[in-house]
Amino acid sequence: MSPIHTNKKSTPPLATALCQGTLGNQRATLPRSGFAKAPKRFMKGNEAIAFALIAGGVRCYFGYPITPQNEIPETLAVELPKVGGTFVQAESELAASNMLLGAVASGIRACVSSASPGISLMQETISYMAGSELPGFIINMNRGGPGLGDIFTGQGDYFQSTRGGGHGDYRTLTLAPSSCQEAYDLTLLGLDLAYTYRNPVIFHGDGIIGTMKEPVRLWQPKGINNGTVEEWQLNGCAGREKRLIKSVFLEPGTLPAHNRKLMAKYASMQKEARAEVFAVDDAKLVAVAFGSAGRIVKSAVRALREQGLRIGLVRPITLYPFPEKILAALAAQGKHFITIENNTGQMVEDVRLAVRGLGDSDFFGYMPGELPCTDDFLEPLANAYARSGRMRRRNP
Amino acid sequence: MNTVPGPTHQAGEQGPCPQQGERAVNPPPHTHLLAPTHYCPGCHHGIAQRMVAEAIDHYNLREKTVAISSIGCSAFIYRYLDIDILEAPHGRGPAAATGMKRARPDSFVFTYQGDGDLAAIGLAEIMHAANRGENLTVVFVNNTVYGMTGGQMAPTTLVGQKTTTTPGGRTLVEDGGPLRMAEIIGGLDGTAYAARVSLHDVKHIRAAKRALFKAFEAQLQSKGLGFVEMLSGCPTNWRMDPVAANTRIAEEMIPAFPLGVYKDILAEATTTPAP
Amino acid sequence: MPRAIILAERCKGCLLCTTVCPVKILRRSTVVNSQGYAIAQVSDMSLCTGCGSCALICPDMAIRVFAPEKQERGA
Repeated sequence: MSPIHTNKKSTPPLATALCQGTLGNQRATLPRSGFAKAPKRFMKGNEAIAFALIAGGVRCYFGYPITPQNEIPETLAVELPKVGGTFVQAESELAASNMLLGAVASGIRACVSSASPGISLMQETISYMAGSELPGFIINMNRGGPGLGDIFTGQGDYFQSTRGGGHGDYRTLTLAPSSCQEAYDLTLLGLDLAYTYRNPVIFHGDGIIGTMKEPVRLWQPKGINNGTVEEWQLNGCAGREKRLIKSVFLEPGTLPAHNRKLMAKYASMQKEARAEVFAVDDAKLVAVAFGSAGRIVKSAVRALREQGLRIGLVRPITLYPFPEKILAALAAQGKHFITIENNTGQMVEDVRLAVRGLGDSDFFGYMPGELPCTDDFLEPLANAYARSGRMRRRNP
Repeated sequence: MNTVPGPTHQAGEQGPCPQQGERAVNPPPHTHLLAPTHYCPGCHHGIAQRMVAEAIDHYNLREKTVAISSIGCSAFIYRYLDIDILEAPHGRGPAAATGMKRARPDSFVFTYQGDGDLAAIGLAEIMHAANRGENLTVVFVNNTVYGMTGGQMAPTTLVGQKTTTTPGGRTLVEDGGPLRMAEIIGGLDGTAYAARVSLHDVKHIRAAKRALFKAFEAQLQSKGLGFVEMLSGCPTNWRMDPVAANTRIAEEMIPAFPLGVYKDILAEATTTPAP
Repeated sequence: MPRAIILAERCKGCLLCTTVCPVKILRRSTVVNSQGYAIAQVSDMSLCTGCGSCALICPDMAIRVFAPEKQERGA
């Protein structure tokens, strides 16, 4: 491998956030009102998330200490009371998630945050929230696993976030930031989407995004979109019929009907799929990576493009719904793929599903506990690039 | 629409009304829907839920109340009371109630739980809700078994008591002894009122109603958690007829679960509860 | 004249009411309701004092008790 020369002159094409729903026109992930004039502060991703929650109208937070997300409860313990909000440290993440269940059922915006082991404790409740159609907002700053793992970073919770980690058939909209600013932006987007679809939303960050510091513009959303909350919130039945919010359906035929209704909801969510698409037009090989992995891989892609290797990047911003149409479109153009993630191979399955019959994807996983830098991805990318010319297109 | 409005005042027999010169001695509480319940003959959930409805009527809370129902026979309170109700996962009622009350402090929030729900899987939740001094009311129906699932041992099963999972009778070593929740909750700083009562005869039912009103007062006075444990029977799973079950409550349960008030820091009741 | 009315379709024949009537006028009957329960029955309404104990212990609100207006509240 020849040494890498990075020269500043050739700036790579701008990354554009492509929303699958509007594959044609490439619009930004979300309109950010007053962004340019918003105060800019140098802060950790965790802190950015906390301020975004407040800007997004969250007035109840339930949490429990666990690294690497502690700055979220710590910031909110100070900031929430200032806006008349309530901060509760629960006896466990399991309890915290049930406090969230109670709070959102009352129609008030609320959220919980934790990291991998804590999120595992919340899975039953998340299944209840999906079944009860409650807009819970759950922040997972993914760390190394399984089991106690480590206290830093990882992406091994991908399946848990995107497959419905608890019991029963359900899905949770899942958003994965790759910068402190995007963490701020996606928190606001996720809170609205939870109410639009009346469904729990998983904010899938990781230890790097949470604990690194970057400048963040603290823009304030114009309005808060709580969807149909007036029609279902439990705030006392004054002037209306009583309401039940439950996920049990014992009467014959009611549960199948309920499941069909939920499936229709998840189908309607597909249009929310979003991905950052970078330098794919002339690419022979397209790297697919999300969250912190996405930004490091992007640097590696830039470096190799400097050497003339035509490589691009698709960085899923929504892990569910997965941006499969974008990948399929690229595969149809004969491009080859390599999925790079901080686990032993989870998103690669979604990539292969998306391009099945049209192309295939290599895989390069780096282990929880391994902190990669750009150079670590140069060789796997270059190897995949070399192979991409010779990949036989499997017949569909 | 998942939040289907519950059955309200539907076909259930309204029953006869007082005639000229008569008064009704026990008018059904307005908050209790009139559909007959599905509970087994002699099940005390019917008494407990009627009593809760009477308390809601008494303090005029129907339009401000949100109940948190649990998992087990107690769960079906959501069919029988004309109030907003949220179903929480097994044992998590006190946590869901915490979130509900913190989000809307002016709602009246109570949980209605059985012994498996509160004292087994949900023990941490009730302990910490009480310890945090949450302004909540907890109605705890203790019938010493898991009723809905067919009569298995519960944390409150008596030593020697046979259940489907203690066929030879509960043993102190290995199965443990009955958890006394009223004393435990009464011992926590955040608890404003904790009492244990019984529903097995008229005198005790009247006393139980007074205790329930105090547990409501704890929340209304924002003094912390109001907790009332109601000793009840489970004729079906005790393999007894209802009359014999009530005798067992008097002769076996009460000695193991002494009745009484285990904490009461409340000021005089805001309004004198009806006898 | 006080009276206690058993609502046939609500009664489940648990007979708890028969254990608390101070004048012992409640007993099991041979009448079976549509649920198949042998319901309770008042034997001699003239003895009823309108105290309401039966209604208090009834788990199913299956008994409605009425008393004359001026009579002071039951025990």
